[in-house]
Amino acid sequence: MGRAKVKRKSTNVDMTAMCDVAFLLLTFFILTTKFKPDEKIPITTPSSVASKIAPEKNFILISLDKNGHAFLNSDMVPVKEQALDLINQEQNLGLTPGEIHKLAIMPVIGTSFNNLKAYSQLPNEQLNDKLPGIPIQDTANNQLKVWMKAFVSVQQGLGADDPQKKMAIILKGDNVAKFPEFKNVIAALTENSILEFQMVTNPEGVPSGTELWKKAQAEGATVTPVNG
Amino acid sequence: MAEMDTSSKDTGKKGPGVKKGKKMSTRVDLTPMVDLGFLLITFFMFTTTMSQPTSMNLKMPDDNKDTKEQNVKQSGALTIWLGAKDRLYYYEGELKPDLSNVQVSNYKDIRKVILEKKAAVANPDDVFMIVMPGNQSTYKNIIDILDEFSIDVVERYALVNKVDTAYSADIDKMDAIADQAGQ
Repeated sequence: MGRAKVKRKSTNVDMTAMCDVAFLLLTFFILTTKFKPDEKIPITTPSSVASKIAPEKNFILISLDKNGHAFLNSDMVPVKEQALDLINQEQNLGLTPGEIHKLAIMPVIGTSFNNLKAYSQLPNEQLNDKLPGIPIQDTANNQLKVWMKAFVSVQQGLGADDPQKKMAIILKGDNVAKFPEFKNVIAALTENSILEFQMVTNPEGVPSGTELWKKAQAEGATVTPVNG
Repeated sequence: MAEMDTSSKDTGKKGPGVKKGKKMSTRVDLTPMVDLGFLLITFFMFTTTMSQPTSMNLKMPDDNKDTKEQNVKQSGALTIWLGAKDRLYYYEGELKPDLSNVQVSNYKDIRKVILEKKAAVANPDDVFMIVMPGNQSTYKNIIDILDEFSIDVVERYALVNKVDTAYSADIDKMDAIADQAGQ
């Protein structure tokens, strides 16, 4: 009795389809990735166990760089424009509407009121940590206070009772920024009755064995323990 | 498909002078290409959305309003000074004028101090931490100590945000002592 011969099949697998899928996925990831926005002011933030993601919309960002210079930015260009307009009238800066618009779309504001006119002519490449920053060192001439006041009144003018539209104040300080400057930033906020704000940090794991860790374990949350 | 059908077109003229070209396989091995593709995918998956910054909430008391002085029991109060060079000084209860009850610590050991304080106070509501940053302390120091509070689940704490010359002078004094001891 002859056994039926099994036909030998080729072991060669056609990889074309696999290749297609791989590159399709690759293209998807490349196209959907958002690049980290180009940061004009280099700041290394401290890390904390806070796990709340920093707001990405409707924020006013106050940066404090390693030299203790303060910079201001916001994603809300119209609000920035109105605030600039207010300050322009209040301080008699003589800015034209064109210059105000230019300042509003700039990635950072980092100079005193007197220099705003000249500053509006600066190209974007020169906006970096070499700028003098908004004067905050002097308690009598804390210009950040004036800025925050303008922002608050614009916010009130908009009648933003809607919590969705409420602006978030984000503080972003550098590791080595000294306390006296930080204190003046806080003073600029608290004196305008902004009592709640957020500080940007890098995420860090909760050390295992600590009280917070135990609490999280009890709640059944997944926390990645980190040594130290 | 990665191969081309070349078998059927074999009916070309084959005269005596025409050399027969060696038939090469047109099949391309795509395995390395797939490898590369998935390698890149893995790379993108690991590098994206990893650096989402988080934020820490901080509430400050209203200075303009006449807020009632918070009832802080001396027995439950722990005051922490932030000195220069990442040093910490702390004392319990009231400060003695000669600073004799101020102890030196650092960011690693302060956890033990805080937990001991929490354990020592009978009523957990009485535990109250006061942070007083000195002029030489940095932003990182402040975040670190606030972070420490959240790690140790300290419910009540206050950050003093006005530099009082009296206490900053005390911190400077402690810094000088610690500097000398270090040398």
